[in-house]
Amino acid sequence: MPAEFYYGVEVFLNGLMAGVMYSLVALGFVLIFKASGIFNYAQGIMALFAAMTLVGFQEGQIPFAHLINAVFGTEVHHFGWTMPTFLAILFALGMMLLFAFLVERLILKHLVNQEPIILFMATIGLAYFMEGFGDLMWGSNVKRLDVGIPQGGNFWIEENTAFLGGEEFYGFYLDTLDIYATVIAVVLVISLVLFSQYTKTGRALRAVADDHQAALSVGISLRGIWVIVWAIAGFVALVAGIMWGAKSGVQFSLSLIALKALPVLMLGGFTSIPGAIVGGLIIGVGEKMFEFLIGAPLLGGATENWFAYMLALMFLVFRPQGLFGEKIIERV
Amino acid sequence: MKLKSLIVGAATALTMVSPAIADLTFPNLTYRTGPYAVNGIPYADGYADYMALLNSRDGGIGGEKINYIECETQYNTEKGVECYENTKGEGSLVYQPMSTGITYQLIPKATADGIPLLTMGYGRTSAANGKVFSHIFNYPANYWVGASAVINHILSLNNGNIKGKKIALVYHNSAYGKEPIRTLQELEKKHGFKLSLLPVDHPGQEQKSQWLQIRREKPDYVTMWGWGVMNPTAIQEAANIRFPMENFIGVWWSGSEGDVLPAGNGANGYKSLAMHNTGSDFPIYADLKKHVYDKGLAAGDGTSSGQVLYNRGLYAAMLATEAARLAQKMSGKANISPADMRDAMEAFSINEAQMASLGLPNFAPSFSVSCENHGGPGLAAIQQWDAKAKKWTMISDFIKTDAEVINALIAEDSAAYAAENKIKERCG
Repeated sequence: MPAEFYYGVEVFLNGLMAGVMYSLVALGFVLIFKASGIFNYAQGIMALFAAMTLVGFQEGQIPFAHLINAVFGTEVHHFGWTMPTFLAILFALGMMLLFAFLVERLILKHLVNQEPIILFMATIGLAYFMEGFGDLMWGSNVKRLDVGIPQGGNFWIEENTAFLGGEEFYGFYLDTLDIYATVIAVVLVISLVLFSQYTKTGRALRAVADDHQAALSVGISLRGIWVIVWAIAGFVALVAGIMWGAKSGVQFSLSLIALKALPVLMLGGFTSIPGAIVGGLIIGVGEKMFEFLIGAPLLGGATENWFAYMLALMFLVFRPQGLFGEKIIERV
Repeated sequence: MKLKSLIVGAATALTMVSPAIADLTFPNLTYRTGPYAVNGIPYADGYADYMALLNSRDGGIGGEKINYIECETQYNTEKGVECYENTKGEGSLVYQPMSTGITYQLIPKATADGIPLLTMGYGRTSAANGKVFSHIFNYPANYWVGASAVINHILSLNNGNIKGKKIALVYHNSAYGKEPIRTLQELEKKHGFKLSLLPVDHPGQEQKSQWLQIRREKPDYVTMWGWGVMNPTAIQEAANIRFPMENFIGVWWSGSEGDVLPAGNGANGYKSLAMHNTGSDFPIYADLKKHVYDKGLAAGDGTSSGQVLYNRGLYAAMLATEAARLAQKMSGKANISPADMRDAMEAFSINEAQMASLGLPNFAPSFSVSCENHGGPGLAAIQQWDAKAKKWTMISDFIKTDAEVINALIAEDSAAYAAENKIKERCG
């Protein structure tokens, strides 16, 4: 086989890995949409906020230091200690739990029975609020996120596959961070599926997703479910924030990873956890293979974003609810 | 009665918040929010702190207080134009939009309004031709100078012969990122290297395809025209594929602390162009501490002081305010107009002694501007990142670039612009 074939395989594998990274973001959207019918515009910002909080705890940064210094004329920035990563993750998780509680208490509680568009608008407001609040709390500088996951091409894979394509082939390049992300995503999805299928809370969550009114009538607390689902989405946002933040630092652009999740959602459906995964994989492989075979050699490159949305739109034409989404029939 | 009181009150409030008409107004189109804020904030802080220093220490310029106004663009061209329209009536002396996209939109507007633009190291490169672009200045360096400086550096590493070498350009897929392509193509013909182009879409967080291509094609050198998150992502990806960092050279917009810190040790050895020196080891910082930071007048939280983009903000403000000082001298009045400012910018010169007196010795090259040349000296230096010490080190002097190629391209592009816009050449 010529080296070009193996490079094609390499691009395919990297597309799968990229797809997993997109799925991690899409999962957060699916969880909230499934349970409450809200398209959470703030999901990207949640990933950014979670990652900023994690770095803040890791580095012992004083929250709102700039504000404190401006008001009291002090010069404080750090507590003077650093926190072990595992503990910092737990604290960041706690912060996302608090965030979920506050979102329910301050926003959603007041919007029960409102139109989905009103709830969507509320999440837009939430996103902008979180954007400024995060900067005020942790600063807007680029932060390095290191949770101990190694980065870079995996030596072992490279060395043991280099023989395949002759001298022109240097072995398969797979980023170790992406391999970790894949394993974590698989564990996350299995856990979420098990949680929603086999636990009482998970069943309540599905009941709310199916019919709010019916769920309320059998005594399920809608507000409690909302806190749980936003907390889980916060946890997923933290995982996505860690993986993406480790790649390019924690900064505002991290929130734009949501743009990568949209075609995944259009393709996989807004209500399906497996859909988010399969959609992510199709988008990841599709855009990378298109760039490799057509985009870079024939169209000058940078076709990935365009191709992802075009592919999603094509799916929309034939299957508007997405691959795994539920077909919604509304009778007049 | 109530209505009358309200109107009087509102009018009084407006008078109080409006700048005194005699103030020298310097607007700054900033981006403290949005995807490029990480770059926009240190630059804006440096610019604002320099203005605050002049007001606090010297009482302004030539006895006139500085009226410094910021307008948030989010690096968005439409918002940038809005900012320009909203602030030009304040008596704005010069605009520094910090965005190539905004610059392109403002060139005809500012020219028609008689307000000069100073686009140092960005914007439309051919604006260096003052015969065509009467109100646009892009000293001390432009993108084509940058492209030539990269190639000259590579030439110096290869004893002047780069025939057959492979050089890849990884660029932000925007007006900004595309600027060096034409020059690099001309230099490709001249020196016989092989250029490959790898565009990266906004914002640049996902670059796997580009770096897999680099891994496959194994270029000898990679140069980058990036901005925002594209920079740290590219440097991380380069480290991931174990590309030799000393062969990776970014433009001056891809060479700040925020670009290299996220990659940790992986960024060690990465190079970038520089149009001024780095660090806080300059006398001006003592003045900033005394007259700005300690008085609580600093624009930011102090974390960006001494960083590359903070220093660039200082430099941009210094070039603008020194031109204003010259305008006062040339016009014989303290309260100058944008037209006076433009005339002074065209007659502007700065040397080492002047910069030393401003607290910035050995900071940037001396140069002078003329009616024909709005682009400055065409010099650029190379800096290299030391990941262990977490600092940039200048590894070259300000090196000359290929004026023959650059000037021909400037003449060609500006002539096309002049023909398209029916502009008659000046400076005759």
